[in-house]
Amino acid sequence: MNQNLSHLLYLVTIICFILALRFLSSPTTARRGNWIGAAGMAVAIGVTLAQSSVHIGWRILVGGAIGAVFGAVGARRVKMTAMPQMVALFNGVGGGAAALVSLSEFHNLAPEPGHLHGDIELAIVLSALIGSVSFAGSMIAFAKLQELIQGRPITYPGQQFVNLALFAAIVVAGGAIIAHSEQQWLIVAIILGSLVFGVLFVLPIGGADMPVVISLLNAFTGLAAAATGFELDSNVLIVSGALVGASGTLLTTLMGRAMNRSIGNVLFGAFGAVQAGAGAAAVEGNIRSVNAEDVAIMLAYAQKVIVVPGYGMAVAQAQHAVAELADALEKKGISVDYAIHPVAGRMPGHMNVLLAEANVPYTALKEMDEINPEFAQTDVALVIGANDVVNTAATNDPGSPIHGMPILNAGLAKQVIVLKRSMNTGFAGIDNPLFVQDNTAMLFGDAKDSVLKLVAAVKAL
Amino acid sequence: MSHFAQLVIELTILALAVFLGIEVISKVPTLLHTPLMSGTNAIHGIVIVGAMLVAGVADPDLLTGWVGFIAMILAAANVVGGFVVTDRMLEMFKKREPPKPKGDET
Repeated sequence: MNQNLSHLLYLVTIICFILALRFLSSPTTARRGNWIGAAGMAVAIGVTLAQSSVHIGWRILVGGAIGAVFGAVGARRVKMTAMPQMVALFNGVGGGAAALVSLSEFHNLAPEPGHLHGDIELAIVLSALIGSVSFAGSMIAFAKLQELIQGRPITYPGQQFVNLALFAAIVVAGGAIIAHSEQQWLIVAIILGSLVFGVLFVLPIGGADMPVVISLLNAFTGLAAAATGFELDSNVLIVSGALVGASGTLLTTLMGRAMNRSIGNVLFGAFGAVQAGAGAAAVEGNIRSVNAEDVAIMLAYAQKVIVVPGYGMAVAQAQHAVAELADALEKKGISVDYAIHPVAGRMPGHMNVLLAEANVPYTALKEMDEINPEFAQTDVALVIGANDVVNTAATNDPGSPIHGMPILNAGLAKQVIVLKRSMNTGFAGIDNPLFVQDNTAMLFGDAKDSVLKLVAAVKAL
Repeated sequence: MSHFAQLVIELTILALAVFLGIEVISKVPTLLHTPLMSGTNAIHGIVIVGAMLVAGVADPDLLTGWVGFIAMILAAANVVGGFVVTDRMLEMFKKREPPKPKGDET
């Protein structure tokens, strides 16, 4: 295909991608936007296949088919509760592909020393490094979310030093390549080192910090794609990579702000096992336990109820039962809203997706700033599987590891009902003074079972 | 075009794309942050272009051949999975009370 025409068609792809993101600004247009993005991708694939330098053989056809089937089946089968893992997985494979493209580029160009410009070498090194870190990091995030390995931070003495030393070694190897030492083993060493680094980098990060990590890895893969674009002189890769990089970076800072922690603290703090409780005041007081019938009566005589969902709701797959309960209450004329904390769950927007799956209209899903003033006029705040996002220690206890994190003010409601499996601390490993407040009662048990009992009891009234 | 001129153009494009990205993405409501993540996931599947260039080398040596093949698998999974999963998610976001067909719980 004519080069100028190719570039023009790649520009169509770029415009499609920008429109796809633009249409995401409203739920009514978002789905159309995704289709526009997919169409843009199809154009780019078609144009690339039509290049005279691209020989369409079994590698493209069979490889593409295997990947497409795997992607389609995985995407269709995955449960909405398992969405964070799936996002991590698709993110990782993109990073892996970018790193492999760089490996091959270097392999094919380097045998002629002096052929490569310094900036191309820099792009190759960056794409190999970032892509590999993203691949390995995403796989560990996947394993943690899928509970193949424990979600709690995994730490050992000298961890920071090992990570730093490894990263320094990778940078030295990269520097050698850019200084025109075009040795094949160097790029292999960079990729292997970066894979190990990606593993070590995500291992010490706890489950509750996953929204930050997933966003960051998303940004990494975008940057890897942009670097690959510089290698291949491909504008469409540069622009797409930059868009993804910007999106991932924005989400990462947003998640960090929602936890009132710097990104550095999230990535290298490994709080939980090590530091938790160090300066925090011990929580003392009586836990009041109630049964479902009592809660149902409270709910049925309320005028305004706010549901505060957390990761526990996702684990128990309770979103459909929660929606059913809200329906039953609304039939009695009770207003039900949902308070969504930015870091509730394991990825940005996790709770919104789950509740949307359960047919909850998105107009009932309220952001933290919007709903916080309403708790004081609320009769019952129903906290379902959430802990840290309603932890009053974040506001009141300067010694708490999460002090300063903005929380949902569920404690201000007239009655607070906390649905919880047991009295274990949340993922951050921190006690929650809300649970011993006078207006708080605990409903112990599996979130789904408890909510279904509530539905039955409310309907029976 | 000289190599340096090409590089400057590419850096210009990069800078503009970053600012455009920040501008467009800051308008995405928190409600849609998960679809945003998976949607941008799908978009970085554009590395499939690079994967096809590698996998499409005629008469590759052993390394290029296998690397291209594996890159192709990864990138294709990224593209297809990314768009399909995003579509599945966005399909679910509804306004208040459409007459709903019950009982399609998974």
